[in-house]
Amino acid sequence: MTLTDHLPALQVLVPLLTAPLVLLLHVRGLPRLAAIAASLTAFAIAVSLTGIVQTQGSASYEMGSWPAPYGIQLSISPFSTLLLLIVTGSSSLALLAGQDKLRMGPQGEPLFYAAWLLALAGLSGIVVAGDAFNIFVFMEIASLASYVLIAGGVDRRALLAVFKYLVMGTTGATFYLIGIGLIYMMTGTLDLADMETRIADVGELRPILVAAGFVTVGLALKAALFPLHVWLPNTYTYAPHMVTMFLAACSTKVALYVLLRFDFLVFQQNLTAHAVQFSIFLIPLAVFAILVASGVAIGERNIKRMLAYSSISQIGYVLLGASLVSVMGLTAGIVHMFNHALAKGALFLAVACLATRIETVRIENIRGIAKDMPLTMMAFVIAGLSLIGVPGTAGFVSKWYLIGAALDYGALGIVLVAVILVSSLMAVIYIWRFVEAAYFSDRQVPLTASGEAPLSLLAVTWVAVLANIYFGLSSQLPVSLASQAAETLLEHLP
Amino acid sequence: MELLGLYNYWVFAILLMVGFYAVIAKSNLIKKLLGLSIFQSAVFLLYITMDKVEGGTAPIIQKGATDQIFSNPLPQVLILTAIVVGISTTALGMAIIVRINEAYGTIEEKELQDQNRDP
Repeated sequence: MTLTDHLPALQVLVPLLTAPLVLLLHVRGLPRLAAIAASLTAFAIAVSLTGIVQTQGSASYEMGSWPAPYGIQLSISPFSTLLLLIVTGSSSLALLAGQDKLRMGPQGEPLFYAAWLLALAGLSGIVVAGDAFNIFVFMEIASLASYVLIAGGVDRRALLAVFKYLVMGTTGATFYLIGIGLIYMMTGTLDLADMETRIADVGELRPILVAAGFVTVGLALKAALFPLHVWLPNTYTYAPHMVTMFLAACSTKVALYVLLRFDFLVFQQNLTAHAVQFSIFLIPLAVFAILVASGVAIGERNIKRMLAYSSISQIGYVLLGASLVSVMGLTAGIVHMFNHALAKGALFLAVACLATRIETVRIENIRGIAKDMPLTMMAFVIAGLSLIGVPGTAGFVSKWYLIGAALDYGALGIVLVAVILVSSLMAVIYIWRFVEAAYFSDRQVPLTASGEAPLSLLAVTWVAVLANIYFGLSSQLPVSLASQAAETLLEHLP
Repeated sequence: MELLGLYNYWVFAILLMVGFYAVIAKSNLIKKLLGLSIFQSAVFLLYITMDKVEGGTAPIIQKGATDQIFSNPLPQVLILTAIVVGISTTALGMAIIVRINEAYGTIEEKELQDQNRDP
């Protein structure tokens, strides 16, 4: 076997094994450099896996050469490479952007970056894992590590937010565990691909139906699907800025990825009318998520909390696309995962730039700041346009597909299109409030330091902003991966 | 008789709900965390119950013994992992509660909310 064959395993192992090494680095700044190196390596692995998938279609890896379903299998598909690009890319950008103030001060650095790498390893592990129990273990590694990261926030309210997240996250994971327990009880397997064929032989389907409920609700909790989103706003608001950027870009999407894989690959063709139940259950939740969260975002005065509510509504878009149960809808949903990660990542980076010059990122403090920080505000505006979905930016591509898919859905589709348009207008309002404050009003609160944000931070922000424009003009990579993913997910549907 | 045959599953369901109730209803953070711990332990019981094979012993191959019946070892292994996850979660939760107490001087949910309202 060559090194290329081991890439799926290395994707998880590189950050996982670097984490304990980082703990030993007690020279200031060194832990972050080590984390950057590991994260960039992981990104390079994700890029080369994308290349492999584009030529071969998919790849799998047997841990210790034990064949599946007895051994542990890692599987790489177009869907998982897209997620890997999001996870490793956002982690690398967030690490490169700069260093946050931490609750525990500089001595906490080795611990903080070790937790960061564990979160990265956990999130990539969820994506590559081919069996249900490994997904659970990686999910808990990622969650526990991200609790630590969020608790690093300087504001004491971060602690309360993280406690709520811990309770709700663990509840979600336990629901998931009950679900896979019930499936194991009926089928005797944990391998996702094997599960799919074995459920077909199960006579009594009621436990499987219950399992589908537990798995869906558990993962919806982790994905912050409305109305299970209450842990998210404060978590994003009080976490250190770079942690917010990293987690906002990928953690909820990874939970959605598992949700889609379970519902479409395992349950869909085995439970009668699962497709219909899935749509009936999720479409209303998605619509409420989109409208209610956008509405709340309009009233928010803290930029980070406004963006957090906007994230909840964007999760609604992804699920709306998926719950239409069509190739076009799923493609739209999956592309939106990628594009939303780009837009939200860039926005949170711009917020991190602002935070270097003002005390709290509230609307009162950013009045008139565009004069002092023109580049930062320009980045904020462009990333905001991408979030809204203006043509020429990444956000437009996925909304275009989503509207196309909704129109194919029949009479209800028109209503859904209306919902998408209304919420896009609401996005214009909640982004505009801050743009207006920054450009068209006078400064009342003095800046803590004058001039633009530090160059490295600003440069990374602009890389993210330019990525938004690049993928808005040339959307071929995410769209081709997403449509392949959608076709695989729907392959076995009648 | 059939109901009694499902004794373990009843215990699982009741424990699960006891834990969940504590998570939702208790306002003291430590009690909440204990509820979460009970909630997770209930699931351990579910896994342990499903691996039992009637007349089965511990899955250890003995020299000379033939046609022994074993309990399924896989759920036991799985749940060992889940127990480790549970312990780490509880430990981390406790650590966070200690920090909350340092920062706020209380671990009652209502008082914490009151303190956050002022600014």
